[in-house]
Amino acid sequence: MTYFASLNPTALFNSMPGGIAQGLIWGIVALGVYLTFRILNVADMTVDGTFTTGGAVTVMLILGGLNPWAAVLAAMFAGIAAGAVTGVLHTKLGIPAILSGILTQFALYSINLAIMGMKANQAVSVDKFALAVSSRTVTRALFVGLIIAAVIIGILYWYFGTEQGSALRATGCNAEMSKAQGINISNMKILGLALSNGLVAIAGGLMAQFQGFADINMGRGSIVIGLAAIIIGEVVAEALKKTNFAARLTCVVFGGVVYYIVVVIALWLKLNSNFLKLMTAVIVAVFLAVPYLRSQAKSSFRRAGKRGRANA
Amino acid sequence: MLELVNIHKTFNPGTINEKTALDGVNLKLENGDFVTVIGGNGAGKSTMLNAVAGVWPVDEGRIFIDGTDVTGLPDFKRADMIGRVFQDPMLGSAATMEIEENLALAYRRGRKRGLGWGVTRVEKKLYKEKLSELKLGLEDRMTAKVGLLSGGQRQALTLLMATLVKPKVLLLDEHTAALDPKTAEKVLEATDRVVNQNHLTTLMITHNMRDAIAHGNRLIMMNEGRIVLDIKGAKKKNLTVEDLLHQFAVVSGEEFASDKALLG
Repeated sequence: MTYFASLNPTALFNSMPGGIAQGLIWGIVALGVYLTFRILNVADMTVDGTFTTGGAVTVMLILGGLNPWAAVLAAMFAGIAAGAVTGVLHTKLGIPAILSGILTQFALYSINLAIMGMKANQAVSVDKFALAVSSRTVTRALFVGLIIAAVIIGILYWYFGTEQGSALRATGCNAEMSKAQGINISNMKILGLALSNGLVAIAGGLMAQFQGFADINMGRGSIVIGLAAIIIGEVVAEALKKTNFAARLTCVVFGGVVYYIVVVIALWLKLNSNFLKLMTAVIVAVFLAVPYLRSQAKSSFRRAGKRGRANA
Repeated sequence: MLELVNIHKTFNPGTINEKTALDGVNLKLENGDFVTVIGGNGAGKSTMLNAVAGVWPVDEGRIFIDGTDVTGLPDFKRADMIGRVFQDPMLGSAATMEIEENLALAYRRGRKRGLGWGVTRVEKKLYKEKLSELKLGLEDRMTAKVGLLSGGQRQALTLLMATLVKPKVLLLDEHTAALDPKTAEKVLEATDRVVNQNHLTTLMITHNMRDAIAHGNRLIMMNEGRIVLDIKGAKKKNLTVEDLLHQFAVVSGEEFASDKALLG
């Protein structure tokens, strides 16, 4: 009883806007992961490193006196470079995609430390700098987050309707056919990985500003959170019967928001925050397994045996 | 239009699985030649087509398409000259993309893919016309995902994609083998029509000897990585399945392995 008495509904209400703002930032991560996981059909582990890279580059450049918006733009280019490295490891050096991502991510740990002047974290104060987003001005952060997410969705929607975007989609769907149609699939994969990591780095740059610091571990689990957001978003898209690409992307960002609201509620219920990662992993595993288990249920040997015995 | 000079290809050289797939293939196709290719399993038919398509580099020899030496170019760099239809109907088109998007991908074969629209309004009209020529009703389903189509429909679509930009060489690798007989017949009819209309230089592999005789103006037979028989013009018109089986037994010293050739 004391447990329930200790839960304060006002506190939950108050932490919602901040939660939603962070959810929007994770939604941008999810858009990046969507490019690789759904469109290119590779699980790219680089993002755990690039999220931190985005945060580190942004904070250090702001501390160096650069405009916070320009710093996020620079972070994007750092992310693009990291993604391109994974792409080159995979396509030009023949290393499996998942391992290429792990290698880049591993290397990024050292690079991120170096960017942050060999420190595990670097703070950037909203009092000293005109940050793009900050947890101190949550309404503004919500607004900015929404606009950035909307702009990115718009650009992605346009891009994947172009000749080049179509070639990228074809590469992920059917490599054999793409080559027969004269598409350089190696370059397309590098491009896709670069764009994806560019988006994730943008999100990292925004997150570092929002929380007021960049931390060497801030990107850990980005891929899993991105996947969770995608899965939640797709369930929502399915329920609303939205198959249009822009609507799907919007649902993916919404998935990020839903994910973070769940996190906020879990923390409000005084769940030990150490278990958040376990909880997220379980949710993602269950949702990834459901389509497979469903198809298995349709063609099960056990059931076939039962049917046979029943009809005998 | 297409010339193969002394092509050699060995897979897994120096291992226990070493296999000489092409052992000195020489072939010259004139503009508009429609050549059917027959031969037993492992004779090198698909390997020859893959050599032309540039799936991997050949060990020896040179390949010319319309006078251009393409021996040193990978598949995607010679794709502007080549139309391909595979045996597996799933391989030729992108399942998660719309019919018109697939056609638009093919329409840009050999061109730079920039940031212009992926499918333009003018193109859509062209695609509608071309699709209606297939008589499969696909012209009314242009925005349907290709994954919803049947194997025969996908193969017909792939054929259209392969010929939308006139290829210098059309490669058909048993493109009706995975279809039921009725659908196979339809796709073959469409093949004849599109090849004749556009005067396409074509190589068509088939396991079916009757089809090999009935289609095209020239027939070649392969065995153990070589072309062992080359029949053209009037001589080809008078061929019978029995003739071919006899010839096969003579050149290979064994019976033709596939029942399909007799029953088809």
